[in-house]
Amino acid sequence: MAELTSELPPLIATHGLGFAYAELALFRDLDLCLRPGTALVLCGSNGSGKSTLLRLLGGLLLPDEGHVERAREHTTGDPAAIAWLGHHLGLKNGLSVIENLHWYCGVHGRNRRMTPSTALQTVGLDGFDHVPTRELSAGQRKRVALARLLLSPAPVWLLDEPYANLDPQGWLLVDRLVDHHLRSGGCAVLSVHRPDQAAFEGPRVLLDLDAAR
Amino acid sequence: MMRAFFALLARDLRLALRRRFDLLQPLYFAVLVCLLTTLAIGPEPALLARLAAAVTWIAVLLALLLALDGLFRPDAEDGSLELLLTAPAPLPVLVLAKVLAFWMVVLLPLIACTPLFANMLHLPPSLWLPLLVTLLLATPCLAWLGAVCAALTVQARRGGALLALLLLPLTVPVLIAALGTIDAAAQGLPMRPPLLMLAAGSVAACSLGPFACAAALRLGLR
Repeated sequence: MAELTSELPPLIATHGLGFAYAELALFRDLDLCLRPGTALVLCGSNGSGKSTLLRLLGGLLLPDEGHVERAREHTTGDPAAIAWLGHHLGLKNGLSVIENLHWYCGVHGRNRRMTPSTALQTVGLDGFDHVPTRELSAGQRKRVALARLLLSPAPVWLLDEPYANLDPQGWLLVDRLVDHHLRSGGCAVLSVHRPDQAAFEGPRVLLDLDAAR
Repeated sequence: MMRAFFALLARDLRLALRRRFDLLQPLYFAVLVCLLTTLAIGPEPALLARLAAAVTWIAVLLALLLALDGLFRPDAEDGSLELLLTAPAPLPVLVLAKVLAFWMVVLLPLIACTPLFANMLHLPPSLWLPLLVTLLLATPCLAWLGAVCAALTVQARRGGALLALLLLPLTVPVLIAALGTIDAAAQGLPMRPPLLMLAAGSVAACSLGPFACAAALRLGLR
């Protein structure tokens, strides 16, 4: 359904994916294919299954039918790693900003070209390193989560409403990050409220989940 | 893989040390259970001494139950469980780090305070050592049983009550073996066989627990 003319093998693909909550069928027979350097933008009304599809792609939910396939890393044979940005950001209130980034890097590995401090500078939280996370505003917390994306070495980004809670400069920041990620050979799936919100330059496919039902 | 293990262990220990009150809660609870027992039974040191080991064990079990809800639920609520589930490191390794941290911040202080409970309950000094040894040997097993039950109930809305109903029946064999050991010690019988049973239980729990717990967490995704 969603395919771009890129010759590289897909990083993440779904085959005949179907999912339903009790009686409510969200989608069935969904074939997606995300190659390096492309993005998939999910839109649709509330409850149309944007978050559900992201959770299915991330392996946080098991599909009723079909399956999700991730590319294998050449060296290790492990499935391509995932960087997840969900509704709940996964920041520990009891830790400082930098400590939150440190434990994430420990568990998920770190992009060699980034350090936690430079990532914080990039997302506009210069000097916030040792501020307790509980004192941050919703937008600032979102920026910390974006810094985590920058640090992650994962080629597959799954972002659930990355633009929510951010100011217009924050939207530009998300666009810049996604752009850079796509240009360096990654792929991203984003859920948005309005399709025009995702203003990054890279190639993208728009999937309207209201129409896919 | 080891990096992920130590990163998560350090995170959980640091979080626990920052919230001292949460750390003291299970201890305070166990003290209260012992105190209520002494008040309910009244000034009868002989009767108390006979019940002391059993009451201490039950106090530790209840305190464990109280603390267990905090093992996975905060992670599930703030979204960091999703980050652990999507991590490239194997989930059993991450679960091992979490349960080890839990044992260190909840069960180790409880074990360290058992002389206090024993003293409150007039346990004969000759039985302090057997009590401590049974707790040390059995708590890894209890921690893993608890962790699996906590993982199973983490997505349930009223998980706390369900956790108690699930966990307490599973602890019966451990309780029987532990109090059997102390009874044997009180009667001057050899303690080795029941202690070996407890140790075997803990070894089995530590080797199977991480996988069972990881599977239970993934089961909650459905």
